[in-house]
Amino acid sequence: MEIVAFLHALLVEPFVAMWQNPEFLLEVAIGGLLTGVMYSLVALGFVLIYKASGVFNFAQGTMVLFAALTFVGLLERGFPVWASFLLTALAMIAMAFVIERLVLRPLVNQDPIILFMATIGLTYFLEGFGQIVWGGDVHPLDIGIPKSPLIIGGVLINEFDLVAAAVCGVLVTVLAVFFQRTAIGRALRAVADDHQAALSVGIPLKNIWVIVWAVAGIVGLVAGILWGSNLGVQFSISLVALKALPVLILGGFTSVPGAIVGGLIIGVGEKVAEVFWTPATGGAIEDWFAYALALVFLLIRPQGLFGERIIERV
Amino acid sequence: MLYREAGQFKSSYGADEAIFPIRQDRWLFAAALIVAYVVVPLIASEYWLLSILIPFLVFSLAAIGLNILTGYAGQVSLGTGGFMAVGAFATYKLATSFPDLNIVVVFILAGLITAMVGVLFGWPSLRIKGFYLAVATLAAQFFLIWMFNKFPWFNNYTPSGVISAPPRAVFGHVFVTGAEANSVDKYLFVLSAVTLLALAAKNLVRGRVGREWMAIRDMDIAAEIIGIRPLKTKLLAFAISSFYCGIAGAMWAFIYTGGVEALAFDIDRSFQILFMIIIGGLGSILGSFLGAAFIVLLPLLLERTPMALGFDVPVNYLSNMQSMIFGALIIFFLIVEPRGLARLWQIGKEKLRMWPFPY
Repeated sequence: MEIVAFLHALLVEPFVAMWQNPEFLLEVAIGGLLTGVMYSLVALGFVLIYKASGVFNFAQGTMVLFAALTFVGLLERGFPVWASFLLTALAMIAMAFVIERLVLRPLVNQDPIILFMATIGLTYFLEGFGQIVWGGDVHPLDIGIPKSPLIIGGVLINEFDLVAAAVCGVLVTVLAVFFQRTAIGRALRAVADDHQAALSVGIPLKNIWVIVWAVAGIVGLVAGILWGSNLGVQFSISLVALKALPVLILGGFTSVPGAIVGGLIIGVGEKVAEVFWTPATGGAIEDWFAYALALVFLLIRPQGLFGERIIERV
Repeated sequence: MLYREAGQFKSSYGADEAIFPIRQDRWLFAAALIVAYVVVPLIASEYWLLSILIPFLVFSLAAIGLNILTGYAGQVSLGTGGFMAVGAFATYKLATSFPDLNIVVVFILAGLITAMVGVLFGWPSLRIKGFYLAVATLAAQFFLIWMFNKFPWFNNYTPSGVISAPPRAVFGHVFVTGAEANSVDKYLFVLSAVTLLALAAKNLVRGRVGREWMAIRDMDIAAEIIGIRPLKTKLLAFAISSFYCGIAGAMWAFIYTGGVEALAFDIDRSFQILFMIIIGGLGSILGSFLGAAFIVLLPLLLERTPMALGFDVPVNYLSNMQSMIFGALIIFFLIVEPRGLARLWQIGKEKLRMWPFPY
């Protein structure tokens, strides 16, 4: 009998609850959508680097943390917002140079797993470095993003989430224009397509890598500012990377739209599951639900929703 | 001069297929075993046995497990911590439900349970490959840890959630778990288990099964075409790898820490073991030991050095500094020798064979 009650709680009651209160469902879904935007931003950094260099950059989450720490550190030392943003962006560009020179270049042509491990090493390094330079405390961050709740059509929405969504939209548009319309963007797409072919038509691979790591760093900065304004800048931001991974496999490692759509799906799925399935499972399923969801998608499409079709040859 | 195989003739296929075909290697191995079994228990202090050697051996076992899966069969897994937790909790449940069962049997049964869980979570590997699979194994990691934290059945409804290992003997009054267990007994027990399992692994990867794994690793489609069944081969790799990880987890909880706690097997543990096999050498049993030694000793070294040099640094500064140096050293090692310490060992041996001639 116990098992029947459990199955009832697992398979029936959540849907009844959703059906009875559709406005609440919508509210939860929108809340999830906006968390999803944040996941997308972190996943975007992963995708950029993976596309251009085939490196699975585990350090993206720590780059977000590092950027946010630098930004908040500069703010606390009296710099205005725009100056801090510019200086942090410069720091991220400088970091891209250093990483390319000291980590990527010596490891050219190694197995992907070796490069992956190197980025985990980078994660440790940046975590230590960031906290030595800026301290390990929680820094509150307020750059004047409004946070009051709004009621639109009977649904409660936080203003902050709208701003975050708008920023994300602008960022993606800028990146799309950058990729499609500029010479550098074309070069980046060429490298992503085929390293050797790109080299043979004279595209300097090293510079491309620096650029792409710098862009990923700046995307990380934006993500870090948004996360930081919401929750304060603290060490746990780097754990967001773990949330971005299921987003990545859901959307496909090589697809920018995939990162966005994947982030939204994961965000909504996670929130809805957390709210409606807590009575059945006892809560705290946020930790693994995203992975389970991504796994189900993967079993149907092994390359992710928008990933390039895997063609295997002997 | 000392290390040369000239004059060592083999007169049977068996001799040619030995693990150590060169006599000096056999001597070295025998000497290492004597040191480990006789000299170390005589001279090592309690601290060395309990805080360095036992974790080193347990980590080596887990690293061998992961190396079978990742280094030999080519399936990258980030779920090692989760599988170790399965082993630990299975041991706890078995040991408390059947108090009369010998601890060795309990460990083996726990390993088998872990193997089954491993097969379950290895199932997606038939469709998902590469980094997609790596991230998918994180699902196992997070789900298993959540499950052990969530359902009090696993810790026998202990209110605090932390449970201590009950005392159990291997035979007679030789206790290896629990409070009054002797550290030398514990060490010898772990050492024997690791020796046996490492030898088994070494022979496994040298034989038909190991070759099938390596064929799948190098190119799975080609392997399939020449008649290797991917279903059987991949799931076998997951099962055996999880068996090793499960036993390692059980020993970690029961013999090293003396308590079972899901937090001890979080994602960081998985990365730590992945580091060991990368630093030590993918696809090498010796590498698993070298990597485990490196990862166990390095943090200790980083902790002790500033004190030894007479610097007085604040604790939080020190821990950040450690993580920086750790990260930098990992990158450095990957750049210097991406194929790991085992490869360095091999190069050293090659050089020694030729010495003093250049070639």
